[in-house]
Amino acid sequence: MAVDVQQVSKRFRLYHEKYTSLKEKVIHAGRVPYEDLWALRDVSFDVKEGETVGILGRNGSGKSTLLKCVCGVLQPTSGQVVVRGKLAGLLELGAGFQQDLSGRENIYLNGSMLGMSKREVDRVFDDIVAFAELEQFIDNQVKFYSSGMYVRLGFAVAVNVDPDVLVIDEVLAVGDERFQRKCMDRVKQFQREGRTILFVSHSPDQVRAICDRAVVLGDGEMIGLGAPGEAVRLFRERLLEAGDSLALPSPEPEPAAVDGGDPAPGGAAGAERVPGSHRPVRVAGVTVEHPGTGERPYLTTGEPMSVRIAYEAIEATEGVVFVLVMRDSNGTMLLQTDTEVLGQYFDLPPGPGAVEFAFETVPFLDGAYDIVVGIQSRRGGVLYDWQERAGKFEVMNPGKAVGIVSIPHRVTLLPVGADVP
Amino acid sequence: MAIEVPAPPPGAEQGTQGDGSSRGLRQVVDGSPVADPALEALVGRTKVTRVVSAHVSVLDRLTEIWRSRELLVYLIRTEIKVKYKNSFLGLVWSMIAPAMTLAVFTVVFGVVMKNGIPNFVIFLFSGLLLWNFFQTGVIAATGVVVNNAGLVKKVSFPREILALAAIGSAGVFFFFQACVMSIFMLALGTPPAWHLFWLLLFCLLPTLVFASALALLLASVNVYLRDTQHLVEVLVGAAWFWACPIVYSYQGQVAQKLAHHAAIFKTLFFLDPMTPLVMTFQRVLYNRMGMVALTTSPAGHPTYEQLLPAWPATSYFEMDALVLAFALVLFYVAMLVFGRLAGNFAEEL
Repeated sequence: MAVDVQQVSKRFRLYHEKYTSLKEKVIHAGRVPYEDLWALRDVSFDVKEGETVGILGRNGSGKSTLLKCVCGVLQPTSGQVVVRGKLAGLLELGAGFQQDLSGRENIYLNGSMLGMSKREVDRVFDDIVAFAELEQFIDNQVKFYSSGMYVRLGFAVAVNVDPDVLVIDEVLAVGDERFQRKCMDRVKQFQREGRTILFVSHSPDQVRAICDRAVVLGDGEMIGLGAPGEAVRLFRERLLEAGDSLALPSPEPEPAAVDGGDPAPGGAAGAERVPGSHRPVRVAGVTVEHPGTGERPYLTTGEPMSVRIAYEAIEATEGVVFVLVMRDSNGTMLLQTDTEVLGQYFDLPPGPGAVEFAFETVPFLDGAYDIVVGIQSRRGGVLYDWQERAGKFEVMNPGKAVGIVSIPHRVTLLPVGADVP
Repeated sequence: MAIEVPAPPPGAEQGTQGDGSSRGLRQVVDGSPVADPALEALVGRTKVTRVVSAHVSVLDRLTEIWRSRELLVYLIRTEIKVKYKNSFLGLVWSMIAPAMTLAVFTVVFGVVMKNGIPNFVIFLFSGLLLWNFFQTGVIAATGVVVNNAGLVKKVSFPREILALAAIGSAGVFFFFQACVMSIFMLALGTPPAWHLFWLLLFCLLPTLVFASALALLLASVNVYLRDTQHLVEVLVGAAWFWACPIVYSYQGQVAQKLAHHAAIFKTLFFLDPMTPLVMTFQRVLYNRMGMVALTTSPAGHPTYEQLLPAWPATSYFEMDALVLAFALVLFYVAMLVFGRLAGNFAEEL
């Protein structure tokens, strides 16, 4: 057992007003209003040697508090954490750096903070400098470093301390893409070397990609512990329960005055309904159905789905075209289709009605997706109605694949000497 | 402790990655010789178990501090380096400053404010030497946790190290001042009491423990009560300093006055742990026992004054040993308090 978290609880006392001076303490002695906030409540799990465990949770669910308790930055209010082996915590890159010292001196200082002796630092010094790509600047004072150089050095030191247990708190999102990849490669190398990694990430994809198991936290309590796929699913479910949509702002179209300059995903922000005096047809509502999923509020990759658009025709309209767009949470358009593409136009009598788009299979991997619907005349002549975020659906991926789309594939080992063009 | 089930490399399940990662996995599982030297090192080494909890015994905390002794050295070095960074003379300043102070004292007390005491500057500086160590260390340590908030919130190491490093760097400056002092003693031709030199050790040890205990106490309290810092500056820098016989001598100015009062006052005077320590330093370094002839009255009968009490070395030793015992108890208490308060440092800062 590399890390054993035993019934850890952590209470924060939130004072409505903070009194730190003697005068204030005396005046307000004994009656400072406060609220108890349990950031962690009775969390227990263990991490075996050589295992990579991810911690998933929303903001404020206690992830970082848990990591801080494991690192020993915070002491749990009750319970304890037993760590076996040398632990290197990356709670913040370059946290221990002294601005006035050179990169070289800071490597030694930071190394000793992470528990390395001078001799050990000597041995890996060149590796650190090479990893951080700072050969030219290593004797400059750290205060003259760019923020990128700063975090690169921080990461380089931390991963070279030869830890048994590496604790990472969302710090992998630093530097440029190439450096990020380098960091991930190093993390994977750690895994191969049988080191233990405890790892917090906002990105369920990352957890799925590198973790053996994952812990899901919600409001300081442990909701689940299991295989990454299962944990990611639980995490998403929890988000749905909380009435939250994943990484999405409020699903309700907000009045433009409220979200003001906030650029909504997709760039087509604010264009809720195209204003026009003549609007013979409008969208009344959108429902997403996934037959066969039972009570589950999400699909798994490859399941069928249908989207029903209810409309209301104020007057009889000819040649109506329905448009459907799917966007991912970043606003990237994944699909745009309309009935015109399918060669279908509708002559609608006045009154309500509905059309259905049926999808035999939804090949998306993990994520929450937005549905945008529109109603227009043939060849896009007149836009009758357009609703951003009219509906949404979520897909959970039970497998390990990472990305956007699932493409069925297989792998064959070719016989030696086979023709390779 | 051996790695029987290494983490499966990502992508291994999908079988789409035929690179070194899956090969590495197979090697370990098969039990074939491990090529990676890092792996071998990992398997073979002994692992230290650490417990993070609200209830860690003082002994465990001391062990942690001992393990981080190298960090202590680095922090001390950093503090000194940063202090003189970008200054032309650098570390030389730590010699120049006391040398200039001593030179000024020599002029002031030898020429301007003549008090007639031979080599008064040596008497003064022998007490000041020890006091400076104590005062610089304690005042610096009081603010050290607050000033290093960034570190305390993000990096895990025994927080005691911060306070101890402040004492440590004061110790380094003490060393430089001691060097300057010896040069002055050499120049003025006033040898110390060589036969009592060992007493200095029994005086430095309690000073170190006592200063460290105060440092831990004040540094941790200061996180919750920021007034501590300012209070300490005044109390230690002004009040406590004058309560110690440094600028004045115990024997010359205090002893007779106390003789007219109840014994309780004498006890009170010596209740200050720094008093016997400072007096030991004066005894060894100034080394003028008995009456010293004052050189102020050129004509008429000479006047005499006694600066150092005519105590045997053993009574100095006893006093210092008592202070050491007290300091150790205080250190234990300080460790308890610090351990109790340290748990919430990261939230309070």
